[in-house]
Amino acid sequence: MGGTVAVLGHHLTIYRRVWRGSVFTSFLVPVLFLLGMGISVGGYVDERQGPLGVPYLDFIAPGLLMSTALQVAVSEAMWPVFDGFAWSRRYEVMRTAPVRTRDILLGHVAFVQLRALIAVAGFLLVMTLFGAVHSALAPLALPVGVLVGCATSIPIFGYSAHVKSENMFAVVMRFGVIPMTLFAGVFFEVGAMPPAARALAYVSPLWHGVELARGATLGVDTAWSWPLHVGYLLLWIAVGWPLALRQFTRRLDT
Amino acid sequence: MSLIEAQGLVKRFGDFTAVDGIDVRVEAGEAFGFLGPNGAGKSSTMRMVGCVSPPTDGQLRIFGMDPVRDGPAIRSRLGVCPQQDSLDLELTCLENLTVYARYFGIPRKVARERARELLDFVQLGDRADSPVEPLSGGMKRRLVIARALINEPEIVLLDEPTTGLDPQARHLVWERLFRLKQRGVTLVLTTHYMDEAEQLCDRLVVMDAGKIVAEDAPRALIERYSTREVVELRFGLDGLDTYADKLAGVGERLEVLPDRILLYAADGDDAVAQVHGRGLTPSSVLVRRSTLEDVFLHLTGRTLVD
Amino acid sequence: MVTTALALPRAARRIDEGLRRSLAVTGRNATLARHLGYWWLLASGFFEPLLYLLSIGFGVGALVGELPLPDGRTVPYAEFVAPAMLASSAMNGAIAESTMNLFAKMKHMRLYDAVLATPVTPVEVAVGELIWATVRGGMYCAAFLVIMVAMGLTTVWGALLAFPATLLVCFAFGGAGMLLATFMKGWQDFDYLMAAQFALFLFSGTFAPVDSFPTVARWLMELTPLYHGVELVRAATTGTFQWVLLWHLAYLVALLVVTLRFAGRRMGGLLLK
Ligand SMILES: Nc1ncnc2c1ncn2[C@@H]1O[C@H](COP(=O)(O)OP(=O)(O)OP(=O)(O)O)[C@@H](O)[C@H]1O
Ligand SMILES: [Mg+2]
Repeated sequence: MGGTVAVLGHHLTIYRRVWRGSVFTSFLVPVLFLLGMGISVGGYVDERQGPLGVPYLDFIAPGLLMSTALQVAVSEAMWPVFDGFAWSRRYEVMRTAPVRTRDILLGHVAFVQLRALIAVAGFLLVMTLFGAVHSALAPLALPVGVLVGCATSIPIFGYSAHVKSENMFAVVMRFGVIPMTLFAGVFFEVGAMPPAARALAYVSPLWHGVELARGATLGVDTAWSWPLHVGYLLLWIAVGWPLALRQFTRRLDT
Repeated sequence: MSLIEAQGLVKRFGDFTAVDGIDVRVEAGEAFGFLGPNGAGKSSTMRMVGCVSPPTDGQLRIFGMDPVRDGPAIRSRLGVCPQQDSLDLELTCLENLTVYARYFGIPRKVARERARELLDFVQLGDRADSPVEPLSGGMKRRLVIARALINEPEIVLLDEPTTGLDPQARHLVWERLFRLKQRGVTLVLTTHYMDEAEQLCDRLVVMDAGKIVAEDAPRALIERYSTREVVELRFGLDGLDTYADKLAGVGERLEVLPDRILLYAADGDDAVAQVHGRGLTPSSVLVRRSTLEDVFLHLTGRTLVD
Repeated sequence: MVTTALALPRAARRIDEGLRRSLAVTGRNATLARHLGYWWLLASGFFEPLLYLLSIGFGVGALVGELPLPDGRTVPYAEFVAPAMLASSAMNGAIAESTMNLFAKMKHMRLYDAVLATPVTPVEVAVGELIWATVRGGMYCAAFLVIMVAMGLTTVWGALLAFPATLLVCFAFGGAGMLLATFMKGWQDFDYLMAAQFALFLFSGTFAPVDSFPTVARWLMELTPLYHGVELVRAATTGTFQWVLLWHLAYLVALLVVTLRFAGRRMGGLLLK
């Protein structure tokens, strides 16, 4: 425990030096998104009284909220982790002190979730200012954001410990993050896609997060019952953690 | 009880054997050195002693404890200066030490005080609050050494503490390490430098290809494996072997290097006289005292490369 | 335009030697890509705009319906959005390749120290990097245009016209990105760059016509460079030819020439200390 906290403290100390840009963007990006997609494209969508049943801005806001959690958590689990092994060798240094490998992993995972939480909280605030929040359950979107962050970033911790070149991170973005963002129900309902694509959306952790977040901010029913969505996200964590720990152990204890 | 005890210690990476059954004992308060060419297995050994790399085979005890089972307990009493500088470039010198101190559960206030003292100790006191990135190589190295001391370790492991430093910076590091030793801290270091080994180490082992080929005090090694003096003869670069034939019998032993011939003899001047006596006229002659380098050459058949 | 007219003849005299040396810089990048075995990764980059097209063009398109073009015709949303995706991905690719790459090389790898010890000048380095960025970007764009034709989102002639327009966008943003790289202090600055890039992506008439925004916002958007790129490419793929295209064209060419000259000068200042 002490080890985990010390590792978290280490990352926070570094973050204290570089936080400005990331906080700035985590407020600016949602504002831009809500203006550009929600209001401007939304104007055309709402004119036609489509199948969504809610204004387009309200529809995409919770989706964007979760994709923010996804983006922040996954990118924080890529380059900084690679850096810890290959460039700054921060992990190796931690390892020479009396901390265990699992503390190193857990401490960094905790830091990444904190980053995701800050981004999600900022976004939720902006959403509220845009009038896109319609339910008292909205604060529940925060833990959902962390859940999405954990489910997606923990396996990536393992991946980042495994790859030999940072060029391999483009694969994660290209075949994971971007397709999820585009097809997991953020911009339109997955029901509008052909069955095969829909099945892929169901597999992706983001869709489950988006369903939960939409339930929270709009007060609408989730596609499946909510414990199923939560359970599915927990499954990703349960599978991802041992994989990540194994890769970290392989790198740090040989 | 010895602080470090290794018996038949082996480290394999896949089917490659990096450390091939070595026996080492390090007593409290001594300065112990590993000397060897690139790839000899020095760092691999240091990492096993540092409890960050489990031994493949053999016995290893540090403070009488098992590194695999008691890793954290052992590491809390060790200071480690890895071969490659690994500092947080974004942080200040002081922060680099205090952040690291937290891993040992050192309270913040104590950590800050100790960090300041250590920065003074390695003469970086005036750099405490400046970022690490622009420091010179020697300053970074000193900072890493300071970091290794933050937990007041009983053993300090130093993997090539002075590689890449200028002579002045090296002397500074040596002097600081010497002071540590005087305070009773046990030093274990690896090096490619003979002068470093001679200056710092009470005892050393020479490693080659994962094995220990000799072990003793530096002076004793020189006496055992070399003669009192060495004569270096240069004849140009061609036909050194024919010259070697003509020199047979001069001195105790002779070694042909790519660019010169070494004659090992108790009395160098006498050997030079014999060379001239055989009608040979080398382009240059140098008589010097024997060094660890000669021991090394004798044991491993090659010169040391940095 | 004036700058172009002055710069061109002088450049022409040196172009032979200079271009050859620039191409050496390009060649280094290409060798590296081949060496690292990430060609397939580079190649997969083209899926990205395709995914955007499928998601936004068709997924969101089903919700949006049809949108008007500058000449008054209305077209399905996918047809409206596809050229904008193309132009933005050309911009993103060019900036990623020029700004990030250049910054990394200048700051961390000290690579250019070695290159500049040879007869290559900073400007040639800049041009060489830019050619590399454009070669990559151009391949993605060509592939994307083929897909647009296959999906009936444009005609073959439209695609042939759009291709040089996308190259111009690559070049212009590559030049701007390089200039920006010389002002970057640390990796943190990239957060701001990403945000700026993202703003351009959303507000350049990409997802909705600029006249759907309030007048002031619209003027601002019309000043930004991606807007001109989007308009140019969209005009080509939808076959909407108007005189205002000349203005878009001139804007991008001027951007390219001016940024490139400054980038070269600043790189010289930064590297030849
Ligand atoms: N993690 C690893 N995986 C595979 N091989 C390794 C690993 N670490 C070290 N080796 C190999 O073990 C051998 C010994 O390496 P080691 O780093 O211990 O040498 P060294 O004596 O410290 O050399 P140097 O003087 O160059 O630092 C080398 O051949 C090296 O390639
Ligand atoms: Mg080594």
